[in-house]
Amino acid sequence: MSAITSSRADTIPSAPAAPPLVRGITRFARREFRDALASKWFLLYTLAFTVLAVGVSVLSLSGVGSHGFAGFGRTAAGLLNLIMLVVPLMALTAGAGSIAGERERGTLLYLLAQPVSRTQVLLGKYLGLAAALVCSLCVGFGVSAGVLAWRTGGVGIGAYAMLVGFTAMLALAMLSLGMLISVISRRTTVATGLALFAWLALVFVSDLGLMASSVLLKLRVQEIFGLAAANPLQSFKMAVIVNMNASLDVLGPVGAYASNTLGAGLPWVLASSLVAWTLVPLALAVVLFARRGSV
Amino acid sequence: MIHAAGVTKRFGRVSAVSDVSFGLDPGASMALWGSNGAGKTTLIRCLLGVMRCKGRASIGGVDVRRRGRHARALVGYVPQELAFHDDARLGSAMTFFAKLRGISRDRAAESLGLVGLSGHERKRVRDLSGGMKQRLALAVALLSDPPLIILDEPTSNLDAAGRGEVVETLRRLREGGKTLLFASHRPDEVISLAGRVLVMERGRIVRNTTPAELWPTEKPVQVVRLYLEMASEADAADALRDAGHAVHLNGHGLCVAVPRDRKAEPIGVLARQNIEVRDIEVLEDVQIPGGDR
Repeated sequence: MSAITSSRADTIPSAPAAPPLVRGITRFARREFRDALASKWFLLYTLAFTVLAVGVSVLSLSGVGSHGFAGFGRTAAGLLNLIMLVVPLMALTAGAGSIAGERERGTLLYLLAQPVSRTQVLLGKYLGLAAALVCSLCVGFGVSAGVLAWRTGGVGIGAYAMLVGFTAMLALAMLSLGMLISVISRRTTVATGLALFAWLALVFVSDLGLMASSVLLKLRVQEIFGLAAANPLQSFKMAVIVNMNASLDVLGPVGAYASNTLGAGLPWVLASSLVAWTLVPLALAVVLFARRGSV
Repeated sequence: MIHAAGVTKRFGRVSAVSDVSFGLDPGASMALWGSNGAGKTTLIRCLLGVMRCKGRASIGGVDVRRRGRHARALVGYVPQELAFHDDARLGSAMTFFAKLRGISRDRAAESLGLVGLSGHERKRVRDLSGGMKQRLALAVALLSDPPLIILDEPTSNLDAAGRGEVVETLRRLREGGKTLLFASHRPDEVISLAGRVLVMERGRIVRNTTPAELWPTEKPVQVVRLYLEMASEADAADALRDAGHAVHLNGHGLCVAVPRDRKAEPIGVLARQNIEVRDIEVLEDVQIPGGDR
């Protein structure tokens, strides 16, 4: 070992300043992104999503001779249901394991003992995971688009890009919710359990609950639409359908009400719901993480 | 360098740290001494600003609660156990922490050299020995050449050789003018590294003294041999190690290093574990081989 030199003892020496907010976030985001790309969950999710997306595409096209853009419409409808099941599960569990996992491994304390703030750690991890998730989705959508183009001779690029865009928004919203769960959970198992519960609630319970409450409480159409738009999955579904059909008439009276009332503003309202589901849980996670009394 | 005033941390009704006040001058070295659960680790976490607590604490005049990350820029922290991702390679881990602190890659390599880890950059963390992991943590702590190094029982998980390496590195850091604050329950470490000792019990500072005053003789540590039932020796050794004692099992009883004025302490530790001590012998001029724990 070589000699250790040091700053003088008689004064308090200066040390390099703590990294600025953005640089700290960027460092954590890059590391999180690299770690995610190298992780088994990322490979598994990417593979599963790609296989399912391609499978849905092939099955959709093998029906009654749909071709070209009509073929894409059938595929998008098939993908819609797949996305609503798989993407929230991917994002919720990835988010739930982030902070809770670091806490359980003991690495969170070490990170927080560096000259960084809790906000930098959390936002950096969020951005890194978000980038990894979007990459994973892009692989699945890319391969699926390749299959579509090969089988039908063309893909409605604009509509397909919108589908990818709304899916990315849904993933970011669910990742935020997962991070919030992770912040409030001491153990990874608890966080994962809560994430699965949230997934079940969003995918199944809220849908059935909305149907039941609309019948039992005799809700008006605007109330049903409001409740549906408050669910990020329903917002996503309606946004994709509007994107494909330019109208929600296929969803019955509630859809017709939304189309007639909101008109061209409907996609923006639905996108706003997804943005709110991204920002509110993330902001809550930042606040709760910053106020936490212990590691 | 460090100023703490009335630092208090409660977990529910339990006070882990209670009204702790002390100061540490630049270039000085201080040990936090106490048994497990005395509050040493909690106090360190409060001083680092990673745990919210009552009272005031500052590092280099920077309030750790209000400007935590700026205060931590003055600190290199070495935890009890290295907490890196097992899959990470030494080189990439060092680069990450270097970038986080705005330090060049060259400095990261230099820092690895300071602790004798040059040439190991491609190794994964999981492939390192305990001593190497601890030296890696020290290398990260030294990255930005911070004026203050805080260590939480840095040698507790090391064998004698690893412990010797770390203590030697810390001794040279101290000679180089670094301010050291470290938790330990090994008298030999405290004597060789600390200028002052804060003795903690149940979250409170009960003495702020020097090692010489705490262990006034030239040989502050004595070895006592405990005679137990053979079947309970392994459990007894574990319990005593957990309580911070250096223990050696040599087939003729259990040899335990204890401060001269606390020779009966191991008996109390074992009594709490319902392990009966048949006899006790105080050994003169005997050291525990390698001090293995």
